[in-house]
Amino acid sequence: MSILANALRELIELFVDDGALALAIVAIVVLAALVAALMPQLTWAAGAILLLGCLGALLLNVVRAGQR
Amino acid sequence: MTGNLALVWPAIAAAFLASLVEAVEALTIVLAVATVRGWRPAGLGAFAGLVVLALIVLALGPLLGYVPLHLLQLVIGILLLLFGMRWLRKAILRAAGIIPLHDETTAFAAETAELREQARRHEARLDWLAGLASFKAVLLEGLEVVFIVIALSAGRGMLVPASAGALAACLLVVGIGFVVHRPLARVPENTLKFAVGIMLSAFGVFWTGEGLGVDWPGADLAIVGFAALFLAVSGAAVILVRRPRQAALP
Repeated sequence: MSILANALRELIELFVDDGALALAIVAIVVLAALVAALMPQLTWAAGAILLLGCLGALLLNVVRAGQR
Repeated sequence: MTGNLALVWPAIAAAFLASLVEAVEALTIVLAVATVRGWRPAGLGAFAGLVVLALIVLALGPLLGYVPLHLLQLVIGILLLLFGMRWLRKAILRAAGIIPLHDETTAFAAETAELREQARRHEARLDWLAGLASFKAVLLEGLEVVFIVIALSAGRGMLVPASAGALAACLLVVGIGFVVHRPLARVPENTLKFAVGIMLSAFGVFWTGEGLGVDWPGADLAIVGFAALFLAVSGAAVILVRRPRQAALP
């Protein structure tokens, strides 16, 4: 059982290392999806939120990690 | 054609470089097992890992064809963002001296020490435990390679070039491993992770946007622009948080 739990934990760790960054990425994707769904004529806005959001989240996360 | 080429070469390069890193990490553990318990448990564990990996690919691979393309692009895109930005974050923090660089020699020493400690506690079961360590390393690192190859090819007919890139990297590492019989400590792992993190994050933004129906300017060529932006922001991040090497946290 512990082998399975370990394997599952390691599988999750392939994608999630820092919880705050993972949460920020998911939030950005949800926001972009909402914009794309509510304003289908403005898909570029969803794209901009996605791209700039990810870049901003990465920068903020690294700067915070550097201050700790 | 230009757009297609713009996607093929980054896909091959990303698959090759990412697989190089994963294969080096797997090789370190397999070599550690071989050093402590010999090649039999190390080889059997690695072989079993490869077999399970092949079974997973054979079982799940055909199912991908049944998933609607937009959904596949969205899911793969999000996973690529999580995976790529995780690598990029760690590479930035390592380049800035916030966390120590990954060192295959240290990883090798830690793995052999752990196996020797296990030997002290459970002598009779050690071959089995050593084989399991080798199996787990090959399976987990292999899963990362498989994920990267599938993600980079996500519905764009890029499976063959991405697989070729990954296979070339794995064969290269295995070949060198057979010759030198020690961890490949000279591979500039953080630089590779930095480059791969940038590529995977750029692909992640592109696929996620495609999955959401975003009409990217320049179509596939947008990936190159995204990669340039991730490189610029990552470079700026390293400069912003840089610390002297000796101050790096353990």
